[in-house]
Amino acid sequence: MNTMNATVTSEADMSETENTPLPETKPAEATIEEGVTVGQPFADDAKFQLRNVEVLYGENRAIKNISLDIARNEVIAFIGPSGCGKSTFLRCLNRMNDSIDICSVKGSLQLEGQDLYDPKRDVVELRARVGMVFQKPNPFPKSIYENVAYGPRIHGLANRKSDLDDIVENSLRKAGLWEEVKDRLDATATGMSGGQQQRLCIARAIAVSPEVVLMDEPCSALDPIATAKVEELIAELSESYTIVIVTHSMQQAARVSHRTAYFHLGHLVEVNDTNKVFTSPEHELTESYITGRFG
Amino acid sequence: MQPANLFILTLALAVVAYGLGYARSRSLAMPMGGIRHLKSLPFYYGARAALWCGIPALLVLGLWVAFQGKVIQMLVIGSLPADMIPDSEGAASLLLSKISNVASGALPPAMVDGPIANAAERLQALRGQSRLYMNALVISVAVLAGFLGWLRIRPRLNARAQVETILKWIFFACAALAILTTVGIIFSVAFETFRFFQKISFIDFIFGSQWSPQTALRADQVAAEGAFGMIPLFTGTLLISFIAMVVAVPVGLLSAIYLSEYASKRVRSTVKPLLEMLAGIPTVVYGFFAALTVAPFISDLAASLGIEASSQSALAAGGVMGIMIIPFVSSLSDDVINAVPQTLRDGSLALGATQSETMKKVIFPAALPGIMGGILLAVSRAIGETMIVVMAAGLAANLTANPLETVTTVTVQIVTLLTGDQEFDSAKTLAAFALGAMLFLSTLLLNVVALKIVRKYREQYD
Repeated sequence: MNTMNATVTSEADMSETENTPLPETKPAEATIEEGVTVGQPFADDAKFQLRNVEVLYGENRAIKNISLDIARNEVIAFIGPSGCGKSTFLRCLNRMNDSIDICSVKGSLQLEGQDLYDPKRDVVELRARVGMVFQKPNPFPKSIYENVAYGPRIHGLANRKSDLDDIVENSLRKAGLWEEVKDRLDATATGMSGGQQQRLCIARAIAVSPEVVLMDEPCSALDPIATAKVEELIAELSESYTIVIVTHSMQQAARVSHRTAYFHLGHLVEVNDTNKVFTSPEHELTESYITGRFG
Repeated sequence: MQPANLFILTLALAVVAYGLGYARSRSLAMPMGGIRHLKSLPFYYGARAALWCGIPALLVLGLWVAFQGKVIQMLVIGSLPADMIPDSEGAASLLLSKISNVASGALPPAMVDGPIANAAERLQALRGQSRLYMNALVISVAVLAGFLGWLRIRPRLNARAQVETILKWIFFACAALAILTTVGIIFSVAFETFRFFQKISFIDFIFGSQWSPQTALRADQVAAEGAFGMIPLFTGTLLISFIAMVVAVPVGLLSAIYLSEYASKRVRSTVKPLLEMLAGIPTVVYGFFAALTVAPFISDLAASLGIEASSQSALAAGGVMGIMIIPFVSSLSDDVINAVPQTLRDGSLALGATQSETMKKVIFPAALPGIMGGILLAVSRAIGETMIVVMAAGLAANLTANPLETVTTVTVQIVTLLTGDQEFDSAKTLAAFALGAMLFLSTLLLNVVALKIVRKYREQYD
């Protein structure tokens, strides 16, 4: 990290950066004003319109007054240090936080003008439109075919066996997995390599033809080659889906995303075009983070 | 000193050896500059000394206790005059019990022959000697071995590795003990079963549909011939176990699903212990609940519907037994369902599956092996249950599939065959062992089959 630390001059400063909690080491001007996001958090053609979102775990505010638009067919990356709330925020978008008892979500969250947290809202329909890929590959302990067919079966997307076969083949093709598994569709999915499992999970998610795919650090459990394949896949998928990806790898964010959102301690600090974020960030904290001063 | 006291004394000596070994290793280490220069921590030197002291002494004690009775008997019998030495095993045991009765004072010496009174005195003397020798030997072995262990403590000695090895063997011995006990039980049952089949034909036993084990006690007594067909008993067992499982499996499984997937933490933390309390109720209590409340209720209900029902019925016993084993199914299923990784739930929910779809299609298949395990445990519990059946289902061995009739089970018959004064070599008594052997075989078979099924259908999640 020291090679990147151009601004740190003295030995004393360096040890301070390493040993004390983050807020104290920040320069005076790098304060965060709650509810204020620099850059371009809003978009004209918004898929998701999120306004003044707050997430509470009991008493603890995990997300503090965030407003953001996610545009149609864009790839937006959420970056930030651990515990900054990016995964929590992501999981609001398909209400995966529902299963946590003490978690409550406030503010206005709209998917194409419809409120996500409307009590009358059908969560099943929402999740069919907003799919999700998790950090650790989590294929069901069933065959490869059954894994992909799971969603279409639940939602009744196929009337005949041949329709289902087509859906499975198409999804696997889109996930770039078809050539590797077409001869062993009946083999159990847990026997595949980690990278294949993760691409299977992506195939499983797109098999129900969602409009949005949420990805929660999809490559953190994968080796570099598998990561490259998944990233390639994300680039291809971005033509037909809106993709929200949480990542710890800034290189990954730079490679795959159109816009990048920087989260810090529950605040959304900066949203800008990915190029701009990584070349000339507007906010002091964003710059500190992407230059590796912390995080 | 009694063996039990001697055992405690040996343990105390081992504790002393531990303390001395610990102290010696420390005092050896101090001149060298601290315990870091020892090969192992002082604890291990102490433990090694304690094991050296305790294990040989306990082995000697165990062997002595195991064999002293036999040796003393042999010596006593051998000292009898030649014309009194018994010629058969039965006579020998009769004679020995007479001698030991005299020795213990239960039988006045005046009432027996001279040689027997002498033998009793000799028995008494031998017992005293044996105890004395045992005390001396065990204590000296403990002290000597403990001293040797203490003396051989060196800074370079790898006491840690030695202690680990000895501990490994102690653990192995415990595991072996459990297996050997099982083998021992199997052999004793098998032996008696073999004797039974010398009296009653195997075919009659396996395929006979009549069970009435009353046989004549004396040759001149007028009594039934005795029929030993096990079919009515096994059908009774199957019927009652089946009814019990029909009650327990759905209720237990569904409540487990509710508790693990739907219930809030607060509900779960109160409901689960309450459910498990069912397993803590003594079976006798279930028995009279079945006999006094459920069985009359069922027979009244049947009567009001115009069906004839016995006042003791398989339905009452099986139903109450089912309630008893609900916690076996629910508690174990709950545990395995909880053990299914959360990521699988998330994966399914994120695809838009509802909670019950997730349960049915993902969680349940993944948890199936464990659930089967719980059900199997419940089945073997149902097959083995006796008290409820005795009280609520009666003793009549009817060959019937009607749950409203009186039936009896294998275990109940084993109990009735073996309670009271019995000759031990009559077909009636031996039949209990044959039934036990058959029961053991069938549960074994059940386990094997279930394991095969589980292996075939399980979905492994990691």
